[in-house]
Amino acid sequence: MTTGTGPGTDAATAGYLLRLGDDALIAGHRMAEVVTRAPQLEEDVALANIALDLLGQARPLLTRAGELEGEGRDEDTLAYLRDEPEFRNCLLVELPNTDFAHTIARHLLFSCYARELYAALAASTDDVLAGVAGKAVKELDYHRDHAAQWTVRLGDGTEESAARMAAALDAAWPHVDEMFTADPVISAAAASGAGVDPAGLRPAWDSAVDAVLAEAGLHRPDLPPQAGPGGRGGRHGLHTQSFGFLLAEMQHVHRSHPGAAW
Amino acid sequence: MSGEWPLWEVFVRARRGLSHTHVGSLHAADAGHALHNARDLYTRRQEGVSVWVVPAAAITASAPEDKASFFDPADDKVYRHPTFYEVPEGVDHL
Repeated sequence: MTTGTGPGTDAATAGYLLRLGDDALIAGHRMAEVVTRAPQLEEDVALANIALDLLGQARPLLTRAGELEGEGRDEDTLAYLRDEPEFRNCLLVELPNTDFAHTIARHLLFSCYARELYAALAASTDDVLAGVAGKAVKELDYHRDHAAQWTVRLGDGTEESAARMAAALDAAWPHVDEMFTADPVISAAAASGAGVDPAGLRPAWDSAVDAVLAEAGLHRPDLPPQAGPGGRGGRHGLHTQSFGFLLAEMQHVHRSHPGAAW
Repeated sequence: MSGEWPLWEVFVRARRGLSHTHVGSLHAADAGHALHNARDLYTRRQEGVSVWVVPAAAITASAPEDKASFFDPADDKVYRHPTFYEVPEGVDHL
């Protein structure tokens, strides 16, 4: 169960797991928001399954992050009692569900990334992370396929659906680079063997996304990466405007009824 | 908008050696979508190892008013039933 060689390594791994756990938690919550609003009941169930897969990935990642951190924080404390600047998720996963095309664009770009990430993390030196990754990669294979089919259906659909899908890709695209940018914590985790350098995942992501866009008749947006103040973003705790509303909804029951159980 | 997606019939094989069994129907925009929805609706609790989807419009069904001519004549043909010999042990799914 031990990872690496010392407290510094554990701290880096804890920070790394927090980034992965927050990505999954927030991506899952955004997906859960769409449930009951899908075009058909069948799609509601599909989106709920995906949201629950992501939540199921977030839970052991946050639990493990809390263990390695050693400050007594469990998954609930980390999910429900941190404030906005303490979340380390990338900005892509928190983008709002403006319309169904926006949901699918975010879902496609993230699941293509997460699928490659967890495929690589199955060889992590952290046993818990390797275990989560081995299970997650099968789930993400399906998520990616689901997102790809919808991207093609909308992009190659009606004039209206194609325009919406293109607009949604434009909105999400500036947040792609952040997923592939290592901060010091990610670099330290990669160096210890617990994590991977996300930059190495980019070629596989590029070819997967390009193949979907080509089949959908869509073009890769020609937009520069969004740079936050001083080049900072979600990994530094600087989030987009809608993130506060997401946290308010996600956390309010736990905060209003501390320790409640059923 | 809803209601425009056609209806599909779903068949699931519970495990190797059994045949696909009709489990229900669903709405989907195309065949790939129908397969995804079938997976999400009918195999969430490990119900199967294989799924078929068929456009409901492709199924030709017998009409209820034909019931008498279709099925009643079999009533008195007891010799069609394989009941005159013993089923060997270990043959579970005959």
